[in-house]
Amino acid sequence: MANIKLPKPEELSKIDHKPPQKRWMDTPAEFKQGMYCYGAKGKNLSAVDFPNARDWSPDDKDWKLPENWKEIVLEGMKERLGKYRSFHIFMDICVRCGACADKCHFFLGGGDPKNMPVLRAELLRSIYRKYFTASGKMLGKVAGARELTEDVLKELWYYYYQCTECRRCSLFCPYGIDQAEITMIGRELLNLLGLNTDWISGPVANCYMKGNHLGLEPHAIKNNIDFMVDDIETITGIKIEPSFNRKGAEILFVTPSGDLFGDPGIYTCMGYLMLFHELGLDYTWSTYASEGGNFGFFTSMEMAKRLNSKIYAEAKRLGVKWILGGECGHMWRIINQYMDTWNGPADFLEEPVSPITGTRFENAKATKMVHIIEFVADLIKHGKLKFDPGRNDQFKVTFHDSCNTARGMGIFEEPRYIIKNVCNNFYEMPENTIRERTFCCGSGSGLNAGENMELRMRGGLPRANAVRYVHERHGVNLLANVCAIDRAALPALMDYWVPGVKVAGVHELLGNALIMKGEKERTTDLRGDALPGKEGNEDA
Amino acid sequence: MGAIVAFIAVIILVLIVLAGTGAANLHFLLGVIIPYLTFVTFTIGVAYRVVKWGRSPVPFRIPTTAGQQKSLSWIKDSKLDNPSTTTGVIGRMGLEVLLFRSLFRNTSSKLYNGSIFAHKWEKWLWMGSLAFHWSFLIVLIRHFRLFMAPVPSLLHLIEAFDGFLQIGSPGIFVSGIILLGAVSYLLFRRFYIPQVRYISLTSDYFPLFLIIGIALSGILMRYFIKVDVVSAKELIMGLLTFKPIIPKGIGVIFYIHLFLVCALFAYFPFSKLMHMAGVFLSPTRNLANNSRMKRHVNPWNYPVKVHTYEEYEEDFRGKMKTAKIPVEKE
Ligand code: HEM
Ligand code: SF4
Ligand code: SF4
Repeated sequence: MANIKLPKPEELSKIDHKPPQKRWMDTPAEFKQGMYCYGAKGKNLSAVDFPNARDWSPDDKDWKLPENWKEIVLEGMKERLGKYRSFHIFMDICVRCGACADKCHFFLGGGDPKNMPVLRAELLRSIYRKYFTASGKMLGKVAGARELTEDVLKELWYYYYQCTECRRCSLFCPYGIDQAEITMIGRELLNLLGLNTDWISGPVANCYMKGNHLGLEPHAIKNNIDFMVDDIETITGIKIEPSFNRKGAEILFVTPSGDLFGDPGIYTCMGYLMLFHELGLDYTWSTYASEGGNFGFFTSMEMAKRLNSKIYAEAKRLGVKWILGGECGHMWRIINQYMDTWNGPADFLEEPVSPITGTRFENAKATKMVHIIEFVADLIKHGKLKFDPGRNDQFKVTFHDSCNTARGMGIFEEPRYIIKNVCNNFYEMPENTIRERTFCCGSGSGLNAGENMELRMRGGLPRANAVRYVHERHGVNLLANVCAIDRAALPALMDYWVPGVKVAGVHELLGNALIMKGEKERTTDLRGDALPGKEGNEDA
Repeated sequence: MGAIVAFIAVIILVLIVLAGTGAANLHFLLGVIIPYLTFVTFTIGVAYRVVKWGRSPVPFRIPTTAGQQKSLSWIKDSKLDNPSTTTGVIGRMGLEVLLFRSLFRNTSSKLYNGSIFAHKWEKWLWMGSLAFHWSFLIVLIRHFRLFMAPVPSLLHLIEAFDGFLQIGSPGIFVSGIILLGAVSYLLFRRFYIPQVRYISLTSDYFPLFLIIGIALSGILMRYFIKVDVVSAKELIMGLLTFKPIIPKGIGVIFYIHLFLVCALFAYFPFSKLMHMAGVFLSPTRNLANNSRMKRHVNPWNYPVKVHTYEEYEEDFRGKMKTAKIPVEKE
């Protein structure tokens, strides 16, 4: 694999937002190294029966398309116009007012005009006009219509894998035109031709066959958690014994597999384990439904549904009462807006009730799945947890709202409430960069690969900028979040733009502060770093 | 480029009227047939488009949530920006349609010193659009004076407000001036803001020039090149009562105005102007964020191939047993 060079931050931050003279339709896409992912491998496509399964590379001139590729795309468009009112309306009503233009982090961080959401949409809309509207058929270019050629297809691929489906554009559009929705449908069309990326199709195949994106087999999941259990014992003196695939448990716990592997995800996972132990919660992990996230969502609705089906199926098999979900972004957009519609009704489950406080989670009475942040906020409110926030005093914390929980759910107060209870130092980033206006990490929707690092650093620039603001002003050194992709993607972003800022899930902070019955005096935090005032006397 | 084509198109429309009222003497075509055709095109066209949109189902509940969700009882939810009830949705839609709520959020992002972004509140597009749409609406309503006999008192009230400046005779209506100013601003920003210029198509300039043409001809007619309003009203009432007549000597400028209005309304169903109807159907704005509370059904949901637990256990039974993970079949 070629070593793709990442320019220095000083170079990358020279951004020109002025579009060129030449009209966009006359400017073919130029594939820039570092801005796109490797092509999918045939074996991963065929593992889930995707069409046109073969090894391919976007660098090749020949993308090994099927003979009738154009027909497939146009047929696919027609079908989706008839299936999605969203798509149909979004193709028709944009007035090109440009309100969305400077809302996209990829445009802000890169300056490529085709990364303005409106133009990203026009890439597909121009094809729509040509083949599905009278004016486009008759007037062609004057009506903003263009022929679907191989170059146009490649352009579509390049830019539809430079959108993280974050919905920030949709927030500002006077008609709610959501480029995330258009991107999702555009990617479905591309997947009809097998035009997927390695970074997405690998996890999809893994998740389908093994239950999680990382491809962790059942014993590996148990091993990883056993390691965390050992670490928790070292730090707190308490031995935790989680259970796996246990029938008759009250609650099934599902979290993204990113929490089971690698730094800093595992610290969040340790936080969950400690919390559940402290509560004496009757819950089980599952190795079959061992993925909360869903990379299928970045390929097609059908694939997403196929992967998502495991959660309800496993809840049914194990006979649990309800499901608790861990910290993740797109996982929660899916649970909130899609899961019940795809794979429900979950009439074999009960309306979720907290066994500790008796609170009925009315807002989850149909899906029967509760966000751990809601669950914990309720516990704290009822005074069921004891904290020593001083054990987070080494951190000055800010909070990054994940796009999906922000604009596909609206979970804003709960995580802040928890952070303020477990930390003494919390600072918000500027108003226009948080809550519903939050900026993407730049790596969502399956773009958190290594070979597209320049794209990720560019896309993450607006977020990093806001972090730098509180870093310089208040000395913030920890970026908290409730998303496994954030935990995987933000450390690289911080190292690049704002060195000195670490990344942590909210439950890592909670784990640090949680006072457990019978714990020994802690000298380190979950990362094994000395606690403030305990430097020099930690165990060797 | 797009702007030039659109401008020429509107000029051609005006020339058609000049030729039609002059040499060709096509007053009946311009004053009767075309307005009728326009009416038919507009109503059938808009209905057709809306029905076609309506035929595509809404498979998923995908509101863009712009505020705190409804979750725990002690957390205040954002009832309008993230509605969980139908009432909330109606409120949200009302704010969108009447006050352009989403556009109100608009920020502009500038890069300083190479890498520091500032995201500032940007109100010009919001103000321009709001001024444009509201003045357009008021101008439109005022025109009902020509369609109704007797004129309802509500209209008199609107006229009284609109004409508060009380300058000269006939008195100046503020809405017409605002309309012209706002639409000129919308055109100006299409030229002036590089990104907006880059994305603009002929079909973005065309309605703007058309509306400028309508507003200009209207203002000319009212204040400068006076037309015979009584005859104009006769023509209009003739159309409405299906007893069309062409009164003599109304003046060319009236026919220009009427023809441009017809062009706008006939163009409407084929264009982005359909956003008027589309916004009400937009699934990111007209749905409640309640899909965890209430089941939303996708009419075309179909069974899919899944990897079952049994197949999974088949693949990993040995490893599961070694790791002491319970299995279904020993
Ligand atoms: C009801 C909700 C509506 C909303 C939220 C809305 C919003 C907007 C916005 C944001 C623009 C962009 C201005 C620009 O061009 O930069 C626009 C343009 C326009 N709208 Fe509306 N509008 C609505 C209804 C209507 C209605 C009822 C009409 C009736 C004629 C209309 C006619 C137009 C026209 C003619 C333009 C200018 C075209 C252009 O800019 O190219 N709109 N609208
Ligand atoms: S904000 Fe909406 S209407 Fe305006 S250009 Fe963007 S997508 Fe089109
Ligand atoms: S969804 Fe996000 S990444 Fe995609 S175009 Fe909109 S703002 Fe950009």
